Amino acid sequence: MIRVFLPSQLEDYTDRLREVELDLQSPHGAAVTLADVIAALESRFRGLAFRIIDEQGNIRRHIAIFVGETMVRGLQVPVHENARVQIVGALSGG
Amino acid sequence: MTKHLILVGTRKGAWIVEGNEQRSEWTVKGPMHLGAVVSHYVADPRTSGYQLMSVGSGHLGPSVFISRDTGATWTEAQKPPAFAAVPGAKTDTGSDAPARSVDHVFWLTPGHASEPNVWYAGTSPQGLFKSLDGGDTWQEVEGFNHHPDCLQWRGGDKDGTPDGPKLHSVIVDHSDKKHLLIAMSGGGIFESSDEGATWKPLNKGVAMDFYPPREDGSEYEFGHDPHCLVMHPVHANRLYHQNHCGLYALDRSKGERWQRIGDNLPKEVGDIGFPIVLHPRDPDTAWVFPMDGSGQWPRTCPGGKPAVFRTRDGGASFERQNQGFPQSQAWWTVKRQCMAVDNEKAVGVYVGTTGGQLWVSKDEGAHWEAITVDLPQIYSVEVVTQP
Repeated sequence: MIRVFLPSQLEDYTDRLREVELDLQSPHGAAVTLADVIAALESRFRGLAFRIIDEQGNIRRHIAIFVGETMVRGLQVPVHENARVQIVGALSGG
Repeated sequence: MTKHLILVGTRKGAWIVEGNEQRSEWTVKGPMHLGAVVSHYVADPRTSGYQLMSVGSGHLGPSVFISRDTGATWTEAQKPPAFAAVPGAKTDTGSDAPARSVDHVFWLTPGHASEPNVWYAGTSPQGLFKSLDGGDTWQEVEGFNHHPDCLQWRGGDKDGTPDGPKLHSVIVDHSDKKHLLIAMSGGGIFESSDEGATWKPLNKGVAMDFYPPREDGSEYEFGHDPHCLVMHPVHANRLYHQNHCGLYALDRSKGERWQRIGDNLPKEVGDIGFPIVLHPRDPDTAWVFPMDGSGQWPRTCPGGKPAVFRTRDGGASFERQNQGFPQSQAWWTVKRQCMAVDNEKAVGVYVGTTGGQLWVSKDEGAHWEAITVDLPQIYSVEVVTQP
C-alpha cells in the first residue's frame, strides 16, 4: 500500500480528499515508479495529473513531490511498498 | 429589459458586474475561482450564456474553464492548451529547447460567427491554439507554432516581458473566417489568409527602438512588441495597435504601412500604453489609456493623473478625458485587456485598473464614475449586453 498526501490546492480535483491509499503493482514485476502513482491518481481524479505535471512530463515549477523524505525531480524514481508520497504546493507568491 | 454584464478577470479570481439598462445601478456578483489568476474572461457572441475563462494558478499551471449558464457553473476543459510533448527533452530551463510548456493561457478569442464551436487561445510562452469543440479540447495551430521560422519570429522564451512573452490579440476577421491576425509581445504582428496554415509579418512602419538600427537602414520585419491589436468590428480594413514603441493605425484601403498616430498625443503624456478600444460603429473613433513609459517604465498614469485619450479622426488629434477620475496622486494604470466598450447609442467605455477599480463612462469618455473600487488587480474587462 502506498499512501499519498495531497495539498489543499488539489481539493477541487479530489473531492476534498487529502490522503489516498493506492494498491499498485507494476505490470512487469519491476518497481512501482512515481509515474505509476501519478497515473493511478489521474485514473481516480480526472485532470489532476496535468495540474502537477506539465505537457513535457516535468513536475510543475511550484509543485514539490516527496517520496519518503526525499524531494524528487523526476517521475521515474521507484516507490516502494508502504512508501509515503507527499505532493506539496510550494508556499510562494503573493 | 436590457442588462449590461461586465466580465472582470483579476489576479485573484473573476466577478460579474451586472448593470441595469440605464447603466446607473451596478451589482457585483462573485467571486468565481477565487485565488486563481484570470488572465481573460470572455463571452461567446454566438451562443448566449456561453463563456470561457483562462484560469491559472501559480501552483497548478494553466487551464481553461467553460460556463454554459453565464458563469453560474463551470467545468474545466478536458484538454487545456499544451505544447506537443518532446520525448526525452529536458525542459523548464527557459532555453530555446524545442520542448515547451504553457505557463499561462493569456488570451481567448471566439471563432468566426459561422463556426460556433471554434475558439482560439494565445499563451505564454508564445503559442497559438485552436479548439473545435467550444473550448473543451485544444490543439496547437501547427502552421504557426511549428512554422520553421517561428523561433526566429518569437525569439527565445526568456525574451520579452518579465512575466513571459505573450501571444495576444488573436483576431478572426469578421468578413473572412480564413483571415487571422495575432500579436506577440516578443515578435510583432502576423497574419494568415488561410486559417492559420501560413503566416506573414505585418509590421511595416512600426518602430523598434529597443534594437540597434540595421546598418543598411532597412526595417526589421518582425521582433516588435505590440501591446494590443484591434480590428474595427465593421470596417475590417481599419486596424489600430498600441505598441511598446508608440500608437499606430493602419488603413489597408490606403496601404500596408502603419502610421504612428501617437505622435499626435501630448508630448508630456507620450504614446506608450497597453489598451486600445474602438467605437463599435465609427472606425475613426478610438480610446487609449497612456501610461508612463519613460525611464525604467513605471507603468503608472503619467504624473499620477489618470486620463483616457480619445480620437475622433482616426488619430489625427486626441482629446484628454479625465472628468471624474482622481486629479492627482493616482498611480494605477490599465492593462491591455482592461478597456471595453458597449454598443449603446452613447457608447459606454469601461476601464479596469491595476488598483482594482472599475470605471464607466456613459457618454463616450466625457465623464467617468467608479462602479466598484475594491476588486483585486484587474486583468481583463469585457462588456456583454443582454436583451
